[in-house]
Amino acid sequence: MNSLIPLLIAAPLAGAALLLLGGRALDRFGHWIATALAALSCAFGLVLFFDMLGRDTEHRAVTTRLFSWIPVNGFQADVSFQLDQLSIVFVLLITGVGTLIHLYSVGYMAHDERRRRFFAYLNLFLAAMLILVLADNYLLLYVGWEGVGLASYLLIGFWQHKPSAATAAKKAFIVNRVGDLGLSIAIMLMFAEFGSFAFHPVFSAAGDATEGKLTAIGLMLLLAACGKSAQVPLQSWLGDAMEGPTPVSALIHAATMVTAGVYLITRSSAIFDLAPDAQTAVVVVGAVTLLFGAIVGCAKDDIKKALAGSTMSQIGYMIMAAGLGPVGYAFAIMHLVTHGFFKAGLFLGAGSVMHGMNDEVNMRHYGGLRKYMPWTFWTFMAGYAAIIGFPFLSGFFSKDKIIEAALAKGGTEGWILGGCALLGAAVTAFYMTRVVLLTFFGEKRWQPDAEGNEPHPHESPKTMVIPMVVLTFGSLFAGGLFSLGDSFLNFLEPVTGFEEGHSPLNALTVSAIATVCMAAGVGLAWLMYGRSPVPVKPPVGSLLTRAARRDLLQDDFNHAVLVRPGSALAATLVWFDSKGLDGFVNGLAAAIGGLSGRLRRIQTGYVRTYALSMFGGTLVLVASTLLMRSV
Amino acid sequence: MSYLLSATCAVPAVGAVVTAALPAGTGEARRRTTKAVALGFSVATLGLAAAIAASFQPGGARYQLTESYSWIRSFGIDFSLGADGIGTVLALLTAVLVPLVMLAGWHDADPSAPEGTFESKRRTQGFFALILAVEAMVLVSFLATDVFVFYVFFEAMLIPMYFLIGGFGDRAGGPDSARQRSYAAVKFLLYNLLGGLVMLAAVIGLYVVASDQGLATFSLPALTDAISSGKLVIDPTAQRALFLGFFFAFAVKAPLWPLHTWLPKAMGESTAGTAVLITAVVDKVGTFAMLRFCLGLFPDASKTFAPAILVLSLIGIVYGALVAIGQKDIKRLVAYASISHFGFIIMGIFAMTSQGQSGATLYMVNHGISTAAWMLVAGFLISRRGSRLIADYGGVQKVAPVLAGTFLIGGLATLSLPGLAPFVSEFLVLVGTFTRYPVIGIIATFGIVLAALYSLMLYQRTMTGPVKASVTGMPDLKARELAVVAPLVALTVLLGVYPQPLTRMVDPAVNDTLSQIHRTDPAPAHPVAATTGGEQK
Amino acid sequence: MNPVNYLYLAALLFTIGASGVVIRRNAIVLFMCVELMLNASNLALVTFSRLHGNLDGQILAFFTMVVAAAEVVVGLAIIVSIFRTRHSASVDDSNLMKL
Repeated sequence: MNSLIPLLIAAPLAGAALLLLGGRALDRFGHWIATALAALSCAFGLVLFFDMLGRDTEHRAVTTRLFSWIPVNGFQADVSFQLDQLSIVFVLLITGVGTLIHLYSVGYMAHDERRRRFFAYLNLFLAAMLILVLADNYLLLYVGWEGVGLASYLLIGFWQHKPSAATAAKKAFIVNRVGDLGLSIAIMLMFAEFGSFAFHPVFSAAGDATEGKLTAIGLMLLLAACGKSAQVPLQSWLGDAMEGPTPVSALIHAATMVTAGVYLITRSSAIFDLAPDAQTAVVVVGAVTLLFGAIVGCAKDDIKKALAGSTMSQIGYMIMAAGLGPVGYAFAIMHLVTHGFFKAGLFLGAGSVMHGMNDEVNMRHYGGLRKYMPWTFWTFMAGYAAIIGFPFLSGFFSKDKIIEAALAKGGTEGWILGGCALLGAAVTAFYMTRVVLLTFFGEKRWQPDAEGNEPHPHESPKTMVIPMVVLTFGSLFAGGLFSLGDSFLNFLEPVTGFEEGHSPLNALTVSAIATVCMAAGVGLAWLMYGRSPVPVKPPVGSLLTRAARRDLLQDDFNHAVLVRPGSALAATLVWFDSKGLDGFVNGLAAAIGGLSGRLRRIQTGYVRTYALSMFGGTLVLVASTLLMRSV
Repeated sequence: MSYLLSATCAVPAVGAVVTAALPAGTGEARRRTTKAVALGFSVATLGLAAAIAASFQPGGARYQLTESYSWIRSFGIDFSLGADGIGTVLALLTAVLVPLVMLAGWHDADPSAPEGTFESKRRTQGFFALILAVEAMVLVSFLATDVFVFYVFFEAMLIPMYFLIGGFGDRAGGPDSARQRSYAAVKFLLYNLLGGLVMLAAVIGLYVVASDQGLATFSLPALTDAISSGKLVIDPTAQRALFLGFFFAFAVKAPLWPLHTWLPKAMGESTAGTAVLITAVVDKVGTFAMLRFCLGLFPDASKTFAPAILVLSLIGIVYGALVAIGQKDIKRLVAYASISHFGFIIMGIFAMTSQGQSGATLYMVNHGISTAAWMLVAGFLISRRGSRLIADYGGVQKVAPVLAGTFLIGGLATLSLPGLAPFVSEFLVLVGTFTRYPVIGIIATFGIVLAALYSLMLYQRTMTGPVKASVTGMPDLKARELAVVAPLVALTVLLGVYPQPLTRMVDPAVNDTLSQIHRTDPAPAHPVAATTGGEQK
Repeated sequence: MNPVNYLYLAALLFTIGASGVVIRRNAIVLFMCVELMLNASNLALVTFSRLHGNLDGQILAFFTMVVAAAEVVVGLAIIVSIFRTRHSASVDDSNLMKL
């Protein structure tokens, strides 16, 4: 059975290789090969899952070692996979949502001449993401980690002819690289400390290390997580990443890749549990991001960017929960899964709307679409209800648990975190309601596109609708299913551990408060966008709105602090290299040349001069000899 | 005694002579014969190099397949060759790259070459003969076990390189390209000659010191054994001076910051193939020699200077990358990227850990392969448009997707993407450095962010965006060009996923080097007993 | 008479010769000055021979005479040929060897 684990990865990897190398011959049906291989991988995942359920708790985790990758004395890196409860959750999410999105893309990318390549990249992404979650050591995880980064780069920049897409892709890769720096250093720290960077040995030896070292490792892992999961301060790439085709945003920048940071922190629980300072940092990052993303989401008129802000904010919830320790790990993962369903559904819905509206993304140019694309509308509404935490839908269960866990932190901290989470819930309800109202309700504000074509909104083809419908089921029922008898929690507990939190408020009260917050958010949004017609031109807005439209000045900040001094430094160094260093070398050569030119003059060609210098020389020699004698 | 090593060195040398002596003429048929003969010799060399690698036993003696012929008896100089793991993999790298460089530069020496370049009826013969001559000399340098023999060939390869740089340029030079090219060639020659002369003094000094103590030989194994066992004691001051003499020559050739300024000029003005020969083959002799000669002959001085050298290499890493970011010329960008990479290699060597040195050796190989891919594709691109300026390109991926794709792979390899070969070596170097010098290791890690910047910026500016008018109709890679790039890409991937064939050969040699200088890896603070991963839990 | 006085004479003659070489331009005069210097050294050698009571100095003086004779032959030939081509015997006119 274990041999299925490598096959799980090999299927999409083979697909990617085949489609990239296969050439134009595969243009006509390549996308179906890719979809079939994704589905095959999903099937393998299911088989492994049921196989795992068949074993008792202690024997559920299995590892399988393929070969030794980099063996250099003490440094032993293996290509070796570990499938445990945490990994399988991710495997199912990745392959499941991945397959659906492959299917969706068949319709969405039908008219793109480079469709074959798009599917190759999607398959590549699946393979890399599976390596990430199945690796049994940090170095192999790093391979997956950068592999998804590469796939993300290729897919964001898929429409390379658009300069904005190419720039966004590069930005995503480079910001992610900064995060990867953290992962690299964490691995080096582990190796220097434990002589290993495989999960099992490191976690079992973690107790021997000093807290300082563990905190350092933890902070570096957090940096990595910030990069991949678009958390403050490395959040700036996610909004721009919406330049990619919408299925990419759904799969990579909502459901799977961006949650890798949560996986990393949860996986490294053994380290974080022993490093409270690092945990505090995680919680702070999560809390700040959940508000940051929510605020940005409120101001954006671009439907995908509004959803991207929301993604950031929701991942903030997960990171915060993961930072709370054993109280929160399982709930972080649970929210991750439910979020994977509803956010993927929402993005697919957005893609469907764009598909029908000539690729228009500005919500102020939508309006009244519910009549024209009913399937999209209803599936979108399901996702909407789930994300705002409408009672008894997926988001309700997972988010409430996180709020509870935050309150359970105790003391002032607990109240602050809980407060942030509740505030976040209200803001989430606000911006999501805004999205729905602007898109599907109100009067038509449609605008002709650049070529003057009036939009003719229509429902999307079946290949696109089916995945949305399937995801709707996840959005509606996953949370309830997971909470039924705490099944999800019990399943994950052997890996992540669990501690009952002691919230100052009981579960029912928390749910009630959260629901009230949500209702307040919805109500406010209705007051602002539902009652009266929405202007096509966005109003100037308050200072905060204007800042939020510019992503709370993140790019201005990065530009001023990093990019501009960086380019200035590069330019200075280029100057220094040619004028300073090379100038010095050339100067040295010129000096020697000049000196020899001067010395040449001494040879006048006059016999008398030579004779005089001979006499002078003799005189000096004699004098010095005499002098030496006398001394 | 086997003759495999001398045969491997002799075949390209004979090839150079034969190619140069082929009948002159500018007819297409004549030229094709010349090229075929030269390529044949280089492929034969590859076969022999592969035979060396195949017959090399990783568990065996440090130097295998040894040969020795008496040369200058009165000074104890023998023409002796021997293959150790490090030399073998680098010889193999050379043998792999040369045929590809020839294929890539198939038309670089055709008469249609730009004005002002070396023009003669024997132009084609000259070009290919010079490449073969460089190959022969580099191979001897990698396989020599005699300090003097190494010195002679280390210096001699400057001559064919000088003519390759000065005589043959790409089609992208400006109006004064001939002048620029000869400037680059003279700069290359003088700079390296200076280093070589300093080294000559040190070589003589070493002989004087050794013969004073009754060891009148230039044999490297004899000297290193005597030094490591304490039979030959060089007093610290002399040792430092000799070390610096050797190191200076290697640091110029490698090149180490701040002795690098000849490299961008030489790589920028010469053909892409020659640039690959410089950065991927000839420069490797410098780093290789640091590992073999500096450490083996002067262990104490090496340890004394290691921190200073590490700092210089660290500066090189960051500086090279930053200057690369600011470049406007594609080939100069690649050159500065190489300077950054050489910083990593030298850092790995002088961190004096097994990971660092194994990593550095792998780095030499991987950098050779990946930079060759990157540079040669860049050369194909430049030959199509006739410009080296980044600003003259844009949107190439739309018209030539395969070219753009391979260029991206080259760029990704350069930024050390995991799964591609350079990642393995770069990470080993970083880890190896970190375990002994944490701060330097961490700062060096920033190099990976900068590498992503220059590599992806280059790709973005040349390949993406709207198609520029000057680029429209640009043909995609031809069969010959694909034949050059495909093996390089395949090797990059293969060695990234399964580097063991190399590590198996390199590790024993590295461990031997470390034991000669009495250095062991720092032990982890809290070692884990269990093996990594392991069996079923 | 004190033989040292001969040394003083030799030094005086040498100095006169040397000054002549440096100051005069005519090649023939210059030549004569060189001869004066050579003979001054001959005188010194013979004096030393007498002072030390052995024949080394005298033998050396003979060598010098032979060399001087040979030099005169070659030197005069060169001067004559220069005079023929350039119609001047001034050494300052002949600086063709200057770079």
